[in-house]
Amino acid sequence: MAWVWFHRFGSPPHFYRLATRLCPWFGWSALLLCVAGLIGGLGFAPADYQQGDGFRIIYVHAPAAWLSLMVYVVMASSAAVGLIWRMTVAHAVAASCAAIGASFTAVALLTGMLWGRPMWGTYWEWDPRLTSELLLLFLYLGYMGLRNAIDDLGRADRASALLAIVGVVNVPIIHYSVTWWNSLHQAPSVMKFGRPTMPASMLLPLLAMLAGFTCYFVTLLLIRARAEVLRRERSAHWIATALAPPAGSGTGTGTDQSAGSAGGVPA
Amino acid sequence: MSTGQIGFGTAAARLMARDLRIALRRSGDSLLPLGFFLVVTTLFPLALDPELSLLRDIAPAALWVGALLSSLLALDLLFRDDGQDGTLEQLALCGQPFAGLLLAKTAVHWLLTGLPLVLVAPLAAIALGAPYGAMPGILAALLLGTVALSLIGAVGAGLTMSLKRNGSLLALLVLPLAVPVLIFGARATALAIAGEPLSAPLYLLGAMVVLAATLVPWALAAAVRIGLE
Amino acid sequence: MMKFFAMGGYAVYVWPSYALTAVAVILNVLWARSALRTARREALRRLAGARPAATVPYEVRT
Repeated sequence: MAWVWFHRFGSPPHFYRLATRLCPWFGWSALLLCVAGLIGGLGFAPADYQQGDGFRIIYVHAPAAWLSLMVYVVMASSAAVGLIWRMTVAHAVAASCAAIGASFTAVALLTGMLWGRPMWGTYWEWDPRLTSELLLLFLYLGYMGLRNAIDDLGRADRASALLAIVGVVNVPIIHYSVTWWNSLHQAPSVMKFGRPTMPASMLLPLLAMLAGFTCYFVTLLLIRARAEVLRRERSAHWIATALAPPAGSGTGTGTDQSAGSAGGVPA
Repeated sequence: MSTGQIGFGTAAARLMARDLRIALRRSGDSLLPLGFFLVVTTLFPLALDPELSLLRDIAPAALWVGALLSSLLALDLLFRDDGQDGTLEQLALCGQPFAGLLLAKTAVHWLLTGLPLVLVAPLAAIALGAPYGAMPGILAALLLGTVALSLIGAVGAGLTMSLKRNGSLLALLVLPLAVPVLIFGARATALAIAGEPLSAPLYLLGAMVVLAATLVPWALAAAVRIGLE
Repeated sequence: MMKFFAMGGYAVYVWPSYALTAVAVILNVLWARSALRTARREALRRLAGARPAATVPYEVRT
């Protein structure tokens, strides 16, 4: 029974319709969660004992870093699905992930540098977590470069899918690097087994931001994946009905509401 | 090579012999990465103050960056000619395990480009001020490291096989995957030069070689098949 | 209020981080939507070029 669902999801017109319907839900959830997280994190969470108000960078740095890793896993998984089941929708999803993942890896690195300067005294250290996060950025750029270099879309899909799968070994290295090696970077305090060691007033806004950024990523993915699916469909009939505004139906142009700035600076 | 009539071992041996013959005929191709390695490692003393104690500190870095760059340069030789003249297609179709044949080709490639580098490295190391006692450690580390680099680089070469000469893309693809080899290899070399036991990084390098040897053939076959479409 | 902006002295690190993240968030949204618009346009153009009759909505067997 589950396989029927799986293969229906892989059908481009079904995916397109589903994506159009779900997009506003994820978009508004992202906005609400991020606003709540920002209010909680900037307004209500107390200043840290050691780091003072500087720790509040965590409310953008941690979600960006989480996104950089999660997006790569999504990219590699959908690439694998695309290779194994030859599913264009899966390849479209993988292609959509790359730019998002790369930009938030860069954000994670830069906000990390801005956080590191006052706390550790240095913008950069070649310690395991920072180095492997930088390597993750290179993996994203390599993926995008390979895609760009191959003209045939199908072949680009398959070659870059292979590259994504090969590079996924970097992800656990980044996550566990702070426990495997004595690192300058803080030990994991949220995503470890057992109870997190942050007080609730700091933790809850952080969880809200993490959830909000995840919903934001799904929103972006649903937008971009539709574009990628359209690129891969030649002259299929369903495109005509999906794109032309049909009478009396809710789908079609003009209804892809997506969240606006979901992480804006509060005044 | 006819389908299934000879065993895989014979097929692989014949393929390796053919590759060696072709490469030895055009020995300039294989010597080029070697020359590049020597030039790169010589550049460091020229660019820095050529005082031996200082050079000794950067010797691991110079040796490994040189090895990495020259292996990138050498990767061009691996699939380009055979891909262009149709040999790779024949290998894919001939009924022998494609992954195994590609692994054999990579082994020959290492024999031609990685092994000479390992043999020449002591000279470069001495020029960079390394003590004689460090040689076994340096040789061991580079031996393992060049094998790992050949395997990892082969996947990159397979993925970029059909593209026009695009060395920078190949570097972008291979380098992130090769960095762990670089880190532990340089660490092992540094320990060897300092005279300290280097079994830990060597074991890790060995583990990387085993991991690469296990996973690369599958990835390589898939990559080359995609490139041959 | 000013205390909030000063962020305990870390303002020069905190606010640029937030600004940078906001820029990334907004740019990604704009970029994604532009990609979808372009893809739609291209798809419609392909349809119109290939089979002019296909742009007329009609019953599709899915």
